[in-house]
Amino acid sequence: MYTLQVNGISHTVDVPGDKPLLWVLRENLKLTGSKYGCGQALCGACTVHLDGHPVRACVTPISAVGEQAVRTIEDIAYDAVGAKVQETWQNLNVPQCGYCQSGQIMAATALLTDNPTPTDRDIDEAMSGNICRCGTYPRIRRAIHKLANGGV
Amino acid sequence: MKPIFASLLLAFLALPQLALAQSALFQPIYEVLTHPRCLNCHTKTEFPRQGDERRRHDQLVMRGEDNHGVPTLHCSACHQDHNVADGAVPGAPHWGLAPLSMAWEELSPVELCQNLKNTSLNGNRSLDDLLHHMDEDALVLWGWEPGGDRTTPPLDHPEFISVLTAWVNAGGPCQ
Repeated sequence: MYTLQVNGISHTVDVPGDKPLLWVLRENLKLTGSKYGCGQALCGACTVHLDGHPVRACVTPISAVGEQAVRTIEDIAYDAVGAKVQETWQNLNVPQCGYCQSGQIMAATALLTDNPTPTDRDIDEAMSGNICRCGTYPRIRRAIHKLANGGV
Repeated sequence: MKPIFASLLLAFLALPQLALAQSALFQPIYEVLTHPRCLNCHTKTEFPRQGDERRRHDQLVMRGEDNHGVPTLHCSACHQDHNVADGAVPGAPHWGLAPLSMAWEELSPVELCQNLKNTSLNGNRSLDDLLHHMDEDALVLWGWEPGGDRTTPPLDHPEFISVLTAWVNAGGPCQ
């Protein structure tokens, strides 16, 4: 049995300790906004925040979560930075198929929270672990720059 | 006669190199420290490496300012304090890159030995501190229990500590 804080709500789940956080979120808690992409931490589609830091939920065993607060895409609109990221994503039509965008938004929110005025290099370094098969990178970068210039 | 002269000349020319040859006590330590399990995170690059072929770490992982990744991709985004995902994702406490001052790539045995002892590069560790670090640090010990099908250094850990102790007791000779 594991008790975890997800989006401000306490949940207790009866799962093996090595069950990945992603599958606890998707199967047990029915929070399906975080996507299964590669299952090997290679693509970033499953990115969620643990105490504000992005992690790859597909390789994070539930036993490693402990007391850390889990935040998923379902709750990011309640974060000041996250809300602006989502709004800008919509305004610039960043997503194409959208499958990776949950992870992209979680990564961009973490980047802009840590560094409100990232350079191109900062953006490339920070976002390089989030792959987009539609190749929406130019729009992702434009959206992050727009947020940086507009002040986050 | 000529071959004899040539041999003498070669032997003479080789003397300075022999004088600079690495310490026999350090050689087995060098072979452990340059094993991929150790060297892949003691890089001189802005990124870690992985695998025995020492390829650049997947996911375009970057070193970051504190050697623990960049803000959106900390090492801890995937690496826990123990190996997870059936050994696919290695992990140990304080998983991260060694600072650039402790980069060991492309150093000769003598250079690596000197850098290892240099307190301005090694985190101000004495020889005894180095021994203690390599004997007990959980991240060092991970090198011998790396999970999955990863290879381990050429000496097992007790053997490694034994040769390290001999080197420390001899005053840490590099040449």
